[in-house]
Amino acid sequence: MSAADTGPLLEVDGLDVCFFTRAGVVKAVRGVSFDVHRGETLGLVGESGSGKSVTSLAILGLLQPPGRVTGGEIRWKGRSVVGRGGAKLAKRIRGHELAVVFQDPMTSLNPLFTVRAQIAEVLRHHLGMSRRQADERVVELLDLVGIPAPRARADAYPHELSGGQRQRVLIAMALACEPELLIADEPTTALDVTIQAQILELIAEIQERLGLAVLLITHDLGVVAGVCKRVAVMYGGKIMEQGSAEQIFHRPAHPYTRGLLRSTPRVDVVLPRLVGIDGMPPDLIAPPPGCPFQPRCDVASAQCAEMPALERDEEGREVACWHASDRDPLRAGDEHAPVV
Amino acid sequence: MHPTATRSEQETNTPPSSEPLISVQGLSVEYAIGGNGFWGHSRGSLRAVEDVSFEIPRGETLGLVGESGSGKTTTGRAVLRKVPLAAGRIVFDGEDITELHGEKLRRYRKRMQLVFQDPYASLNPRKRVFEIVAEPLLVHGVVNRIRDAEPQVRDLLALVGLPPDVLFRYPHAFSGGQRQRIGIARALSLHPDFIVADEPVSALDVSIRAQVVNLLQDLQEQLGLTYLFIAHDLSVVRHISHRIAVMYAGKLVELGLPDQIYDDPKHPYTRALLSAVPVPDPAVEKTRRRIVLSGSVPNLADPPSGCRFHTRCPIAVDRCREEEPPLTQRAPGHQAACWLT
Repeated sequence: MSAADTGPLLEVDGLDVCFFTRAGVVKAVRGVSFDVHRGETLGLVGESGSGKSVTSLAILGLLQPPGRVTGGEIRWKGRSVVGRGGAKLAKRIRGHELAVVFQDPMTSLNPLFTVRAQIAEVLRHHLGMSRRQADERVVELLDLVGIPAPRARADAYPHELSGGQRQRVLIAMALACEPELLIADEPTTALDVTIQAQILELIAEIQERLGLAVLLITHDLGVVAGVCKRVAVMYGGKIMEQGSAEQIFHRPAHPYTRGLLRSTPRVDVVLPRLVGIDGMPPDLIAPPPGCPFQPRCDVASAQCAEMPALERDEEGREVACWHASDRDPLRAGDEHAPVV
Repeated sequence: MHPTATRSEQETNTPPSSEPLISVQGLSVEYAIGGNGFWGHSRGSLRAVEDVSFEIPRGETLGLVGESGSGKTTTGRAVLRKVPLAAGRIVFDGEDITELHGEKLRRYRKRMQLVFQDPYASLNPRKRVFEIVAEPLLVHGVVNRIRDAEPQVRDLLALVGLPPDVLFRYPHAFSGGQRQRIGIARALSLHPDFIVADEPVSALDVSIRAQVVNLLQDLQEQLGLTYLFIAHDLSVVRHISHRIAVMYAGKLVELGLPDQIYDDPKHPYTRALLSAVPVPDPAVEKTRRRIVLSGSVPNLADPPSGCRFHTRCPIAVDRCREEEPPLTQRAPGHQAACWLT
């Protein structure tokens, strides 16, 4: 129909977010840009303090003071969702076209209401369903997310469910209005590995069945590798590298991406020694000039005092590094070759 | 500093001819449900750990793996005699410490220390680093006045890779990784032989986690420490352990060398657990077969009959519902509790 239907679903363009605290201005997100297209899965990876969750809150219009978007644009189907005019649109699409699942299934549900009441509230608010219609739809949704005996379980209170089941209920709630984009912010971090596998399988299955786009925010490279086609790596409030999963995992170009992969132990390979990244994440009140990773980087030079732009190469990968090169993290130094 | 070299040496030595530093036999722990209950009436009890046996040779690491509720943390605490035992025996360095109490137990406690999971909750925010690390020395009467401990505390901080200027700062000034180093320095202050590390790196970021894992390995080599390393993260456990024990619902289901556990797991639970761990490699992820378990961990107040895993096991048969499988030898040093594999 219009450009809005063919362009990206979500565009984040030069986003800046600051928190104005008593200790100083925390520059949590600095100039972050990425797009999410219809039906795709983008992984946003980073360690604590990298700005990944703040970015998702900004997209959802859920930043609370002292946090504020101080620059850049976020567009949903081409229309801005920041600023005074955007806030209205953000409120309308949130929970409807754009849904979210947060990390902690223990605190995201209201303990005083049944599962049925909590999901039905979403349906009645956004879709104006009657009580009876909503009740039917709740059972369908619980069935969709694999809750056994959904009709009976709908009357359960959150404390009667296990962690994995609560996360399923939250996913059911997020899917209630058939969103076009699901933001999953560390959806499995609080869960055990076998339950994590169930939830990741569920997300992949639902994505395929409903054709929705997923923005998966996580610190776990393993989770990203199994689920995402495209990956963006964040550090110190900036995107360091962005590309296909194959590029990021097999031919990482940014020293931080390489360091992250090297520090991650694997169940399928034995390394004689893990190689950590020395030092600590940057102080975001007074971030180092230039590249935020420079103080911990083993290939940094004087040039790094100036922030390199995210440059797109011929394969479509974007890297922000003066010394970008691509080497396989495991083949890189053959001294780290697998032992088994 | 070639941890692999030492590891393969040790592996070829197993089963070790020398006496293990710690040996646990038939350990069981019970908790009363609902505290002591209303008006002091307990509503019954729950066996968090049942009939767990293992040994750890001196200078080695036993990785204890399981999900929440498997009893791994309780096992770690029971070995340190921090929770009362319902049954079982603990032999430490040749002496049965199961019944020890008072001054005698204190003498053994000095040699066994605990490193906690949460570096934010395990350091007293009102004490300076110096006081935190020196406290065990004072409690155990190694020094009479806290200020006498300063040279030792300085050495300990250097040992764990912290600069000397941290001495008089408070925990809030430190990042997670640095706090964990402080916790390790405190655990080392009494020169223990044995350390129970309960998820010591789970709360840390990946790049920091590797630093702390390396530190623990270096300390083991330098000081000849013996570790019980408790974790839910199988990739870290594979990296650090000489032997691995897998727990499910309070029972030990499999025990073996890392290569046996990871390359040739015998228990269906171990298989499912391994297949559920995501690998940071899209090519590997694409080809892996994942065993997705349905349901969740059983309620231990009312454990399933027979094998405790039969409610979720993809290959369970009638026998599994009725009879409990014992741990049986599958290869030298490799044991598993399953009727079918």
